Amino acid sequence: MSKSVKMTVAANSLHLSHRERSAHEVRRVRGYGPSRVTCPLTPTLSPQGRGSALSLRHCVALSLALLLVLAAPALAQKKDSPRHYGIGQATTPAQIAGWDIDVRPDGQGAPPGQGSVKHGEKVYMEKCAACHGEFGESAGRWPPLAQGKGTLASHDPVKTVGSYFAHLATVFDYIRRAMPFGDAQSLSNDELYAVVAYTLNLNDIVDDKFVLSKATWAQVKMPNQGGFFDDDREKTEKALWNSRPCMKDCRPPVTITGRARALDVTPDDEKSLRRGAE
Amino acid sequence: MSDDLTRTSRRKFLAGAAGLAAGAAAGAAHAENAKNLPPHVADWTRNLGEGVGTRPYGQPSKFEKDAVRRTVPWLTATPESSVSFTPLHALDGIITPNGLCFERHHGGIAEIEPSDYRLMLHGMVDKPLIFTLDDLKRLPRVNKIHFLECAANSGMEWRGAQLNGVQYTHGMVHCVQYTGVPLKILLEQAGVKANAKWILAEGGDAAAMNRSIPMTKALNDCIVAYRSNGEMLRPEQGYPVRLVVPGWEGNVWVKWLRRLKVGDQPWFTREETSKYTDLLENGKARQFTFVMDAKSVITSPSPQAPCKQKGFNIISGLAWSGRGKIIRVDVSLDGGRNWRTARIDGPVFDKACVRFYYEFDWNGDELLLQSRAMDETGYVQPSKDTLRKIRGVNSIYHNNGIQTWALKANGEVENVEVG
Repeated sequence: MSKSVKMTVAANSLHLSHRERSAHEVRRVRGYGPSRVTCPLTPTLSPQGRGSALSLRHCVALSLALLLVLAAPALAQKKDSPRHYGIGQATTPAQIAGWDIDVRPDGQGAPPGQGSVKHGEKVYMEKCAACHGEFGESAGRWPPLAQGKGTLASHDPVKTVGSYFAHLATVFDYIRRAMPFGDAQSLSNDELYAVVAYTLNLNDIVDDKFVLSKATWAQVKMPNQGGFFDDDREKTEKALWNSRPCMKDCRPPVTITGRARALDVTPDDEKSLRRGAE
Repeated sequence: MSDDLTRTSRRKFLAGAAGLAAGAAAGAAHAENAKNLPPHVADWTRNLGEGVGTRPYGQPSKFEKDAVRRTVPWLTATPESSVSFTPLHALDGIITPNGLCFERHHGGIAEIEPSDYRLMLHGMVDKPLIFTLDDLKRLPRVNKIHFLECAANSGMEWRGAQLNGVQYTHGMVHCVQYTGVPLKILLEQAGVKANAKWILAEGGDAAAMNRSIPMTKALNDCIVAYRSNGEMLRPEQGYPVRLVVPGWEGNVWVKWLRRLKVGDQPWFTREETSKYTDLLENGKARQFTFVMDAKSVITSPSPQAPCKQKGFNIISGLAWSGRGKIIRVDVSLDGGRNWRTARIDGPVFDKACVRFYYEFDWNGDELLLQSRAMDETGYVQPSKDTLRKIRGVNSIYHNNGIQTWALKANGEVENVEVG
C-alpha cells in the first residue's frame, strides 16, 4: 500500500517539475530559434549535434523532463497491472475435482448422489452413534447433534443442528470433509446424503420417508435460519470508543464478588501436562 | 472449541494439594546449594561443560520447566480436537518462542512432507494454479510481526472467574514474526474475476478446516506464511504453510493450508456458523465477528507468578488490538477505581502485542490489579461487566473484558471477579 502511494507521489512531483521547467525552457529556447524547439524530441541527440554546450544541456534537460513525464503514466500503469512471475503450475480439472469438496448454502458444490433417512440410520448407528449418541444426544462429551430447541436465549443454550445451524450446507460440508472423526472423507456420496438426512430427521426437520439429494436440497428448512446477523460491534458497541477514559475515582470502592479458587477447576500440573487425560 | 468451555459442572478436577500459585511458588524455590555460592567456586566454574554441537537444535535450560504449554483436560472430549495454552506468566517482551505458541487443532497435527505439499488456488479466477512449497518461497516475501488470538481466549470467564492462571485465562494468544507471500500476489498470479467477493481457505489436516474470508481483507494484508521467527513453521502451527490474517480471530488463520477458492459469497462453514458465532442474550447470534478487539492482561504478578518480595516490584503485561496499534495501557491497583498510565517498552507494531510495565513499591497491602488497553482507533478495553451488559454471558467468543488479579498479603495472586 505504502509503496503505491509513494509511486503516485513521485509521478506527481515529476509532472510538476516538468511543467515548471518546460515553461522556463520554452521561453529560453525561443531565443535560440525554432530549430532548437524540436531538439528534445529528436531521438538521435548527440554531442556532435548543432548548438552550443549550454543549449545542449538545456536540450538534454528538456528531453529528460519529457521522458520522465512520458514515463510517469507508464510507471503508474505498471503499478496497476500486477506482475506475473511465471511461478506456479496450471491446475488440472482432475486435480481440482479431488480437492474441491466445499458446499455452499445454495447447494453449489454438492456432489451427485442421494440418501434416505432409513439408509442414514444404518450409517449413523455404525459410524456416528458411538460419539454422538443413538439419538444425537451425545455419548459423553462429544457434540450433541439434536435437541436443544428453544434454549438459545436461556442460561444453558444447547447448540445443535436443529437448534442452531442456519444452513443445511453447513452440516453437509462439515460431515463431508471431517467426519467420521478419525476417518475423514471416507463416506460415499450416498452415505453422506443419507447420514445428513438422518441427522435432519433426528431434529424433526424432515420426515422418515425423506430422501436427500440435490433435487430435494431446497426443501430443507432449518429452524434457526433467521438466527444470525452480521457483526455490528462498531455500531452497537460504539460507546467503547472513548478516547478519554476515566482515570480517577471511576467507581465506588471495589469488592471481590467471585473467586476462581472457589470453583477449583484449574488443573494442576499433573493434569495439565498430560495429554488426553479423559 | 467446545461449548463446554462455559460449563464447569460436568467435570471438576480436585486440584491436588494447594492451589496453583502455591505449587508454582514451591516449584520455583529450588534449595540453594551453598557449595556453589561465594566464597566457594561453583561446579560449573571448575568443570568443562558440553562441547559445541551436542545440542544441534538448542533447547531451553533444563531448569526452565515451568515455561511449557499446558492443557485443561476437561475442556474438550479429545486431545486431537483441543487446545493448549501459552505460558504467558513465564514470558517477557513481545515475541512468543515458537515452541510455546498455543495450539488449537481440530483433527490433530498434520505432518506434511514438504515435497508433497501443494497449495491449490481456484474458483472465480482466470487461471487456476497450484503451487509447490518451493514456488511459494520463490515469490516476493514480507516479514510481519502479528498477534494471533483464538476467539475463545478468555471464553471460560464469561460467567465469572473460573481458571486460576493467566496461562488458562489468556494463553490462547501468541505473537511471532511471519515470513511469507502476500496473498494479494498469489491472487494476482491467478487473476481474480471482477465479481469475486470472498475466498475460502481450507486446511489439509484431518478436519480440512475451512473459513470464508472477505476479498477486501485477502487483498489488504493477508500473508501465506511459511516461516515463524525466522525458522520454518512448527508442525503445530501449520507446517509448511498457514494463512496469516492480521488482527482477526485465530480460527481464520488456516493451518496446513491446502486450498484457496475464490467465490462471490461466503460458504457458511461449520466453523463460521455453529462455532465462532457470538450468541447474545436474546438468542440471536452475531456472525463474521472477525476482528479481535483491544485487550490486555497483566502476566506478572499473576496466579502462576506470585509476588515474591515487598518493596520495588514490576507489573508486566501484554496488550494487543486487531484494529491497529496499541497507543496506551493503563494499570489499576484498586480494581479499576483509579488508573495510571503504564510504560510501553519495546517496539509497537500494527496488530501486534506490546509489552507494558508499571513499576511500584508494594507495602504488602492487598491489591486488585487490572490493566486497560487503548488502540489507535480510540477503542478502550471494557470491564467484564460492561461487556456482559451488552452481550450477556453466552457468547463464548470475543471476551476482551478487563482481568482482575487479587494480590494477597502473602504474595499469592488469585483470579477474581469484582463488583
